[in-house]
Amino acid sequence: MIPLRHPPLEGQIRIPSGCAISGVFHKDGKTESGRRIIDSIALMHDRSNGLGGGFAGYGIYPEYKELYALHIFYLDQNVKQDCEEFIREHFDLANAGEIKTRNIAEIRDAPKIWRYFIFPHAYKLDSSELDEREYVAECVFAINRRFEGKAAVFSSGKNMGVFKANAFPEDVGRFYMLEDYSGYAWTAHGRYPTNTPGWWGGAHPFSLLDYSVVHNGEISSYDANRRNVEMFGYDCKLRTDTEVITYIFDYLTRREGLTFEEASAVVAAPFWSTIELMPDDEKEFYTYLRKRYHALLINGPFSIILGFTGGMLVLGDRLKLRSMVVAEHGDTFYAASEESAIRLIQPELDRTWAPDAGEAIIVKLYKEGE
Amino acid sequence: MENGKIYLSPEYEVVRSDEKCIRCRVCERQCADDVHYYDADADRMCALDENCVNCHRCVSVCPTHALKIKVSENRFRENDNWSDTKVREVYLQANSGGVMLGAMGTPLKYPTYWDKILINASQVTNPSIDPLREPMETRTFLGKKNQKTVRDADGRLVTKFTSPQIELDAPIMFSAMSYGSISYNAHASLARAATELGICYNTGEGGLHEDFYPYGANTIVQVASGRFGVHADYLMAGAGIEIKMGQGAKPGIGGHLPGRKVGPDVSRTRMIPEGSDAISPAPHHDIYSIEDLRQLVYSLKEATAYRKPVIVKISAVHNVAAIASGIARSGADIIAIDGFKGGTGAAPSRIRDNVGIPIELALGAVDSRLREEGIRDEVSVVVGGSIHSSTDVVKAIALGADAVYIGTAALLALGCHLCRSCHKNNCNWGIATQNPTLVKRLNPDYGARRLVNLVSAWKHEIMEVMGGMGINSIEALRGNRLMLRGVDLNEKELEILGIKYAGESI
Ligand code: SF4
Ligand code: SF4
Repeated sequence: MIPLRHPPLEGQIRIPSGCAISGVFHKDGKTESGRRIIDSIALMHDRSNGLGGGFAGYGIYPEYKELYALHIFYLDQNVKQDCEEFIREHFDLANAGEIKTRNIAEIRDAPKIWRYFIFPHAYKLDSSELDEREYVAECVFAINRRFEGKAAVFSSGKNMGVFKANAFPEDVGRFYMLEDYSGYAWTAHGRYPTNTPGWWGGAHPFSLLDYSVVHNGEISSYDANRRNVEMFGYDCKLRTDTEVITYIFDYLTRREGLTFEEASAVVAAPFWSTIELMPDDEKEFYTYLRKRYHALLINGPFSIILGFTGGMLVLGDRLKLRSMVVAEHGDTFYAASEESAIRLIQPELDRTWAPDAGEAIIVKLYKEGE
Repeated sequence: MENGKIYLSPEYEVVRSDEKCIRCRVCERQCADDVHYYDADADRMCALDENCVNCHRCVSVCPTHALKIKVSENRFRENDNWSDTKVREVYLQANSGGVMLGAMGTPLKYPTYWDKILINASQVTNPSIDPLREPMETRTFLGKKNQKTVRDADGRLVTKFTSPQIELDAPIMFSAMSYGSISYNAHASLARAATELGICYNTGEGGLHEDFYPYGANTIVQVASGRFGVHADYLMAGAGIEIKMGQGAKPGIGGHLPGRKVGPDVSRTRMIPEGSDAISPAPHHDIYSIEDLRQLVYSLKEATAYRKPVIVKISAVHNVAAIASGIARSGADIIAIDGFKGGTGAAPSRIRDNVGIPIELALGAVDSRLREEGIRDEVSVVVGGSIHSSTDVVKAIALGADAVYIGTAALLALGCHLCRSCHKNNCNWGIATQNPTLVKRLNPDYGARRLVNLVSAWKHEIMEVMGGMGINSIEALRGNRLMLRGVDLNEKELEILGIKYAGESI
């Protein structure tokens, strides 16, 4: 159990925070270990305060790439058996084991951290009448609800994984031994909450299925957004902006079938005064999105890097209240809160620029022949 | 006890400084209640206090500020249980045998929840936004939002909105006040102001005067149980159609327009004989259930080729959340909820003062219920019934409303002094009257200007408060209850409003 001396946990109170974020993406599918992303985020040490750091890696489980990888924190060991029973009830289990970690002085209060490679039971999936991803998402919500405060699924995508802890990001990277993984994309986050989040689930990236979000900012539309997505079954347990942003993107792209460009035009919609100046078809397009998804417009400062299978999305708020720099070098794309965090790991760059307010930068793996 | 009736002393006392009075007799000419008269023998102005309704017309027009209206000091023997008002009402009813009639919203002291809700502002972790230097958006669309997003054969998003919407430059509309209950000039002022402001006014249940068809794009036309003035052109004339199922000031009963207010013009507009009382039936006689309401909603949609959003207006009563949920599934595009403090041109005062619930709690319950059922985007929600200021608007939107209706505040801008005598057809301010000499007192040019001023001022204040919260678009405020905190509220009230207590940080 969580000791009583803890202040209120993430989810019991809402904790504002400042942050640093960084991301690397190889459009040609080349992979690299977690070393450089750790260096990049470590450079922005002063933008975090040791109360949360984390990484997401894509393409890291090629041997199980058709299976969903669940990463679970067991804060209370006693529920592990029940939780695993739940997993076995709903999924075929290909492999399970503790995620390897390094013993380091900076991280002391680690829960048990387990990984399961799973796939929905064919007949269960069939009888649920849900599509495969919806089925997995609902099971993730079910576990997090059922074992609230005792176990938490913090990563649930295919061929990707989230690694996070209540510490400085560079220590988190060492703790999880990310140098041993290899992926075509990495994102990282260092958190600066105004008070202690108390547990590990609150660190970033926040993830559902293969979507992972690292986020810098504090959104003022939080409750308007939260109350809207909760209508569609997204339980916002952590009360963090990142959680609600992840759900918004999941809802818009997976459930509503929008592209990432369209979803970005919803959350960082252009101002009406800008829309009025557009040619008619564009005007109608943006007006439609603003009217239809009015409650998913995000206000207040944010810059995010959203990772998904085969791609990465970088987006800042409509007033550009948070810094974000992106860069290219050959087939590699970089994004970070500060340019220095990119230059450190790639001094020579072909192009560096700061995206406009509300401008979505989307990079994807080359299709065959590109 | 003349004629066997109990004597009632005047409620107000007209106090005139004889020293300041220049005997111009303006007060006498301006008072439709015949309070002032000139005593030629004594060369002085006198007053019949018993006729005074405290409308402040004479106070406002007296060139030498010689007049003051005081609440009479006459009091029955002190009694905390039987207040003077209660005793007087018993006397009045013993004398008349009639129902107590009143106008405007209840004057009784019920809690005003708006005043117990406080608004957030951003600092340090999240910057406030300066509305003088950054865009601040208040544009609002009312109507169904849950359209299915589809793509055409080429995979392009289909961006036509099929559900009709009402577009407003600010989340504020003028509530239903019928032509008949208020004057031609009052309607002219509302119509012009709504047009200039890019918002809507509402015809109320008395039809639409032919002169006001040009303002149709900024008009909501109402269909009430009396069906006064309803015909095909009327339905097509407005930006939307409102079915009036209830009114906050008098839940459970229909509109009342005394025959003395039904002159030639009102008669033509309402399509009823001159001088006849226009008493709307308590229920719609074609709506005895929710299925029936659905039929009326679709009849109106059919009649207007699905081009007009349909609003269903209900009064806030105990099971308002369940009713709203039924309406949201009835095909209606917008639900308007009228709180029990809402105004009226005439209502039995017992009903006005005792039936219904406060709009804040009704809104809290309805918005939560619609979200629990996942149908909040089926409808827009508009609330009215004592919105006093721009911050009431902000609080209503943060609680979950899409827009508000303002009635009393709009009348105040037209010059109303809240004397609550609208049912007498003697409104000295030219608003709630059909008497041509009184109507002339309201110049629609000035009336419209003051309405535009009021709403523009509120809009500025709304933008200021939004900016303070770090919000630059009204949709990010809508339903954003975390931006609100309660003071002086109990657990139950907080629960219904869905807000935290001041000092709580979640
Ligand atoms: S308006 Fe004033 S000055 Fe004129 S008669 Fe009346 S009280 Fe006297
Ligand atoms: S509209 Fe006229 S009669 Fe009615 S309360 Fe206002 S001032 Fe009095």
